[in-house]
Parts: sequence; structure tokens; C-alpha cells
Amino acid sequence: MIKAQVLDEAALERALTRISHEILERNGGAAALVFVGLRTRGVTLAQRLAERIAAIDGTKVPVGTLDITLYRDDLGLKTDQPVVRGTDIPFPIKGKTVILVDDVLFTGRSIRAALDALIDLGRPKMIQLAVLIDRGHRELPIRPDYVGKNLPTSRRESVAVRLKEHDGEDRVVIEAPEEG
Amino acid sequence: MAWKRKDLLTIQELDPAEITLVIDTAASLREIGGREIKKVPTLRGKTIVNLFYEPSTRTRTSFEIAGKWLSADVINFAASTSSIGKGETLLDTARNIEAMSPDVVVVRHSSAGAAEMLARHLRCGVVNAGDGAHEHPTQALLDLLTIRERKGHLDGLQVAIVGDIAHSRVARSNIHGMRKLGMTVTVAGPPTLIPPHVQEFGVKVSHRLEDAIRDVDVIMMLRLQQERMTAGLIPSLREYSRYWGLTLDRLRASARADVLIMHPGPVNRGVELSPEVADGPYSVILEQTGNGVAVRMAVLFLLAGTRVTQEAA
Repeated sequence: MIKAQVLDEAALERALTRISHEILERNGGAAALVFVGLRTRGVTLAQRLAERIAAIDGTKVPVGTLDITLYRDDLGLKTDQPVVRGTDIPFPIKGKTVILVDDVLFTGRSIRAALDALIDLGRPKMIQLAVLIDRGHRELPIRPDYVGKNLPTSRRESVAVRLKEHDGEDRVVIEAPEEG
Repeated sequence: MAWKRKDLLTIQELDPAEITLVIDTAASLREIGGREIKKVPTLRGKTIVNLFYEPSTRTRTSFEIAGKWLSADVINFAASTSSIGKGETLLDTARNIEAMSPDVVVVRHSSAGAAEMLARHLRCGVVNAGDGAHEHPTQALLDLLTIRERKGHLDGLQVAIVGDIAHSRVARSNIHGMRKLGMTVTVAGPPTLIPPHVQEFGVKVSHRLEDAIRDVDVIMMLRLQQERMTAGLIPSLREYSRYWGLTLDRLRASARADVLIMHPGPVNRGVELSPEVADGPYSVILEQTGNGVAVRMAVLFLLAGTRVTQEAA
């Protein structure tokens, strides 16, 4: 059940445009950057950021896909095995500044897994983290470098980032926990 | 779709969605083999025991590499170098191994049903790496992955399986898997090597190589074991080769230009396959071996990564 809308389409666009400018400002351009999105919506957001940076700066930043399933710390705690869908990063990350992109930052455990997965693929010069929503409740010392919106939530709620490519619409909503 | 089984014993017992899950998982894991550092931490702290009562290079090495790339500890027991040679029964050996708390036991044995028997008695996961002439499920899964990679799909494809069908666990597992995924299968070989009533598996039978391989998308050649000759099932290797050996001339005369040639190995060069075919452009034999590691990673991940445990019977 949808409890509240957090971002509409226009606000989501503006947040991505602002993050793109912040990435360029902080890194002095886009020359040594690569994007790596976390499956599934992080990849889509990374592609959108790359498109914006190409429009602003003229630089085409490559976008890779990271599947963190093999690095999760809760394998064996869940009864259902998560499906592995594969990592696809067809460019070297050694010496690059990697912008890791995810839709929602919550406990930080996915990002911990992503950092381990990335470092197994090479030694980047730097890793920065961009998220559309930071909803708090961190369980690890991880903080984002770029945030679309800070959103105080209760642990029991869930935040759904809905994107045209997957869900037919662009918006972010808070969903109330199921009754019972 | 989630994996629910403690063991992987046969293809016969899997449903199409389970087969597809293993193949999809394997396709995703294959990327690890192309990395500079071929290791992910997924099965850290898990123990996998390879229990092989029959000689094997490919399958045992493949399971060992798969386990190691996933960071599991892999221990090999081979019949020739262990207490198995001292007369201990399969079940006693397995119970003693279980007392060392492995997470998965991979077993190959000359008796059909050996893996299933162990699975009933052991709490850990059991993978059948070949039981007699019964099944060899990971071989069929890697064959299906190889075909899907090359052809883009499986449904509707036509396959000829040629050779010693009667004694082949590879053929049996593949027939089950291919039928479940909507493929058409023709088995071909001399009548003494075709099991009676094989049509009940939903396959066609051919007794002429040229007819069997015409218009098919995949030709799977089976290894002819020398013992079949001493048992009187074929007159001589030369005669077998003359009628059932796949040569380049035969291939060009009867088969499609985009046919795939597969073989589970080890190849008897000059018997079932001529060297020009085994090494030629149609052959995907080495891709099969490469995909074998990916499939075994997928199986170990699905079995050892989950908490599905079952009380021993």
C-alpha cells in the first residue's frame, strides 16, 4: 500500500541533474570516471547519470553492471537463495574513479558487498557512492557522496524507486508494511 | 523461482523451471572464469568432498575448480588412494566423511542409485557426478548451457544422440533434460547399443547415421567403451567406426552447415569422431568443458548456499 509520494517525475529528474553536476564539479570533469550500477535500478540510474554527463560535458562515461549476490553477508540466513544475474563490467576499473550507483541506501550492507566485489575486479583510484534515496538506519560505517534525497523512514516501511524502464513511471514512494 | 532441493541426483526429477534456474545461474557465474582473480567469497567456510569411485579427470577437476573459485574447501577422495580399497562399504565411508561435517558430497559410483542412497542417509547435500548407466545430471546441464549459448534458445531444437545409448548416463540425463525443455531427440546406434523400449522416453530411433544427423541442430556423439567389444555387442572397433564414426565427409554430405558437434569426452579419436571433426569448426567440445565449471559452480552455489537441510532418514 502506498503511503506517501516522495519524489515525482520532475523532482527525480532534477535530483539526477544536480547529482550529475556535483559529480563533475567534485572530480574536475568526467575524464577518469566510470559508473557501476547495482542491479537492477542502480544500473538504470547510472545510465541516466551517464546520459546527463554526456549532455553537460560531452564525455561518454562507461556504465557497468554489478551483481552483489555472491558477496552478500546473509547467504545461508535466508531460506530462499537469491538469483545470480551476473556482473558485467566490460572495462578496466584499475586506476579509475568509480561512481557506484544504487537506488536506495539503507543498512549499507549492499554497499559493503559491492565494495568487496569491485575490489576483486581491480584496484580503482577511488570509489564514490551516489544514491537516489538515503533512508537512514545504517548498520555499517558507510556514507554516500551524492544523495538525491534524504528521507527519514521507519524501519518497517519500504521505499520503492519506480523507474520508467522497469515500472512504467518515474517516482519514489513510501510503502506501508503489509497488515497482519 | 528458488532452489528447494537438498541434492542434485537426476535430471528426471527436475522440472523445466529448475533446469532453467541452474543454466541461468551458470551463465551468470561464467564471468568469474574470465577474471584476473578467479575467486568470489560466496562459499567461504563451506566444505565440499569429491568422492569418486570411478576414474575421472574432467568431472572431478571441474567440481574442484568450481568449488575453489567459490572459495569453498574441496577435498578429494579417490577409490584408489583411500580406505575404499580396504573393503569399507560406500555407506560407511560416507558416514565417516559426514562426521567431518562437509556441506556437499559429490559422488561418482559404478552402481545406479548410489548417489540417491547416500542422499537418503546424509544430512549434507549430495551431487550425483555419475551413477552407473543411470544419470549424470551436471553433464546434461552443461550440454544444455552450451547449446543455448550457441543457438540462443533450446525450445524446438532437434538433436541426434549417436553411439552407445544403452550404457550411457550422459544420454539418459540429456534425453530427460532435452525433452523437458521442448527439444526433439533422435537416438542412433547399432541395435545392440540401443535400449529396448527407448521410445517410451519420447525419442525417435534411427539405425543409420546419415538419417539420424540430417537436418538436426546438434549432434551429440557418445564415447564407445572398449568393453562393449569384448562383451560381443559390436563386432570390432573398425566396423563400428565405419558405420557410426562421424567423419568430415559424412558431416558435409548429410548435416546442416550450422550443426553443433558435441562429445562428453574423453574422445576416442578415429572411432566415434575423426580428428578433423573433433577439432573442426562445428565442434563445441572445449566449450562444453569450460561450461562444465560454470554449471558446477551453479550447482554448488544452489546446494551449499542455501539452508535447505533435511533430517537424515
